[in-house]
Amino acid sequence: MSAQRLNRRDFLQTSALLGGGLVLALGLPGCAKPPAPAAADATLNAWLRIGADDSITVICDRSEMGQGVYTALPMLLAEELEVPLQAIRVVAAPVGEEYVSPGNGGQVTGTSNSIQESWEKLRLAGAQARTMLITAAARQWEVEIAECRAENGAVVNARGQRMTYGQLATAAARLPVPKDVPLKPASAFRIVGRTLPRLDTPAKVDGSAEFGIDVKLPGMLFAALAQSPVLGGRVREVDTSAAERLPGVRRILTTDGGVIVVADHYWQALKAREALKISWLAGANGTLDNAVIAALLTKAATNPGLSARADGDADLVLRSPGARVHRAVYTLPLLAHATMEPMNCTADVRADGCDLYVGTQVQKVAQTTAAAAAGLPPDKVRVFTTLLGGGFGRRLDVDFIPAAVLASKAVGAPVKVIWTREDDTTHDTYRPPALEEVAAAFDSAGKLAAWKLHIVSPSITARMFPPVTGVDDSVIEYAVGYPYDVPNVAVNYTRQEVGVDVGYMRSVSHAINCFVIESFMDELAAAAHRDPLEFRLSLLAKKPRHARVLQAVAKRAGWGSPPAGRFQGLALMSGYDTYIAQIAEISVTGGALEVHRIFCALDCGQMVNPGIVAAQVEGGIVFGLSAALWGDITIERGIVQQSNFNTYRVLRHNEMPDIDIEILASDAAPGGIGEPAVPPVAPAICNAIFTATGTRLRALPISAHKGLRV
Amino acid sequence: MTVLTVNERTLEIDAAPDTPLLWVLRDHLGMTGTKFGCGKGLCGACTVHVNGAPMRSCALPLEALAGKSVTTIEGLSRDRSHPVQRAWIAIDVPQCGYCQSGQIMSAAALLRENRAPTDADIDAAMAGNLCRCGTYARIRAAIHRAADLQRAGPA
Repeated sequence: MSAQRLNRRDFLQTSALLGGGLVLALGLPGCAKPPAPAAADATLNAWLRIGADDSITVICDRSEMGQGVYTALPMLLAEELEVPLQAIRVVAAPVGEEYVSPGNGGQVTGTSNSIQESWEKLRLAGAQARTMLITAAARQWEVEIAECRAENGAVVNARGQRMTYGQLATAAARLPVPKDVPLKPASAFRIVGRTLPRLDTPAKVDGSAEFGIDVKLPGMLFAALAQSPVLGGRVREVDTSAAERLPGVRRILTTDGGVIVVADHYWQALKAREALKISWLAGANGTLDNAVIAALLTKAATNPGLSARADGDADLVLRSPGARVHRAVYTLPLLAHATMEPMNCTADVRADGCDLYVGTQVQKVAQTTAAAAAGLPPDKVRVFTTLLGGGFGRRLDVDFIPAAVLASKAVGAPVKVIWTREDDTTHDTYRPPALEEVAAAFDSAGKLAAWKLHIVSPSITARMFPPVTGVDDSVIEYAVGYPYDVPNVAVNYTRQEVGVDVGYMRSVSHAINCFVIESFMDELAAAAHRDPLEFRLSLLAKKPRHARVLQAVAKRAGWGSPPAGRFQGLALMSGYDTYIAQIAEISVTGGALEVHRIFCALDCGQMVNPGIVAAQVEGGIVFGLSAALWGDITIERGIVQQSNFNTYRVLRHNEMPDIDIEILASDAAPGGIGEPAVPPVAPAICNAIFTATGTRLRALPISAHKGLRV
Repeated sequence: MTVLTVNERTLEIDAAPDTPLLWVLRDHLGMTGTKFGCGKGLCGACTVHVNGAPMRSCALPLEALAGKSVTTIEGLSRDRSHPVQRAWIAIDVPQCGYCQSGQIMSAAALLRENRAPTDADIDAAMAGNLCRCGTYARIRAAIHRAADLQRAGPA
């Protein structure tokens, strides 16, 4: 063949950090010069290298999965370093202790805390480096430090002398790191707080951005993985004879995770996978289906659960004679993450080490997982983080890594394993299902006197980061912070596993619990013949940030006076130190639901890049819409019934409602923004459906309800 | 051997006739800008132009492409100067970016046929291109912007 290699401006490049680590340079054309020779780069600190050619490289310790960290984190550093943002080139951090997230307890991109945890850290890193560069210049010029200042990538002084950072970097890197460097007040920010263009956009409009699936290594082979159709099943026996005879097939390996077919090209691997004759052992899940899961959760709900929050004595009030008690049971389905880039991993195992190229949210876990599969110590595994074609929490899991390592080790060449969409949908680590019992009581004066929520759901954390003693914090989000002023509040949790590997998914239990809480608050407002907005506000006198976003969204949406034929529903949520409210404007015509508009107001504290904040809110709402309207993974005989986008439906262009976002000015510390826009969508729509039809939806997705078409 | 033209280069491809164009581009030619999303023509991530028309390359066997001319995201312009690319940059459309090659190729095909698309035209042309990050509103705005840029001519 004439496999004529077309020019690609940006290919995988590695360059040694002076500190001995390695970083993967994902070329970002338009914002990046070609990487300078490593020896010419001076390492100022764990997040910054400066080249003799004046190149500025920011080492980003959070994975870029669309949320904008490859722009927002460099903005923080650039603010204090006094360099223009567009001068910065971004590379992914290697595994390193200095890159551990304190809040996540590991080198993890998750819980929407990248900005919160970088807010001071990266400004300080920039300020320290700037101070070192100024000091180096002052010494060279033999002038006082106070006479010198940093300006646009150079140090200057009043005598008209000027040296660029590139000229100073080597000397600066030898200086001690200064402590107690003051940071600019917000009033002096020139970069932070502005909607600056994303650094990764140019590479994402010309096909040059490198995702994990795009990694190319010399001599690389491709692999497909046959996994048990029944979740958790294993290979009983496999007949590989027909597959082995197919063109391009190099090796077929039977492993604990399934049968790996390695071939010269991916299409050959897929064809050979089809030719395998595999007999599977179903294991414990052979009889699992939705009815079994529902029965498990229902039975577990008879337990009292562990207390996650107890103000006063809600049970006592709920049992008291004369209390007007309302009760309901809500259920939520399993959901798939459905990132646009299916799971994949490339490994290059050699006798002395392993290089791993992967879109991951957990570099250290990826390293130890690959090391175990390779039979190497972890420090022999280098992790090169690519861009992620969507994360949403799916890439907090590492189940797609071992096959690449095992295959590479077996064939002695780099191997890229790619899951098909069907593999991805049927072997996700799904958002857990939940059954929630909720009860509330009004006192004789009509005031809400008690609220109790009992959450029954599997524990993701117990699977991924065991052990969990007591209540899993990732199950009780928003519920434990129930904002409404009720004297007796109880939140209990009963853990019930359902045989399915469950995973963290964008907004995790905030979305599950917000659906229940905000739907039931509407039920209570209706029971009390109160307006849903006024009812909530009456219970938020002590919660000004919650009340403010509710009032803002109500004003924006024209609460109470929707256009003719349309109906409104609202929902509130707080989480990730962000406060957010939404109003859905819908119509139901002859049973056909249409979501016309979603209004949103939020207070996420100080912002680094308001344009990226808005994009995350837009995207969170779309993610919430897909889940609310259609998201539903169902299981029969242990096998996931959805396989591709025809059976696991997500929102399309033509189904997109208008979205109206108001970001409220705030001087508060930064909140997270990647996740909080997801949860209010489902309850806002369901509350609007109640207004429109009088039907209360206590189960998702909406499309599962007879009588409603979506 | 199948002979086809990719981004104005005529190439001989030695691959099984049923190999989808997507994998010919990605594995045989090393052109990874065209993305694998679903393999069934359901998500649009693999959209390319075949003789000018938007097609899902994951569902196009090589044998059907003999003598045809294929344009991929890498060939849309040399320097991100296509009006759609300029509009995408101006509006900062991408988030994760994975679906955007396909979105851009669908949008470019739309704007070649329809120089002033309405929202309904955009819905119809773009309904087959999924985005899980939820960039749809920005894509709509960017297509309108690209139409303006196209009318104005090269930058």
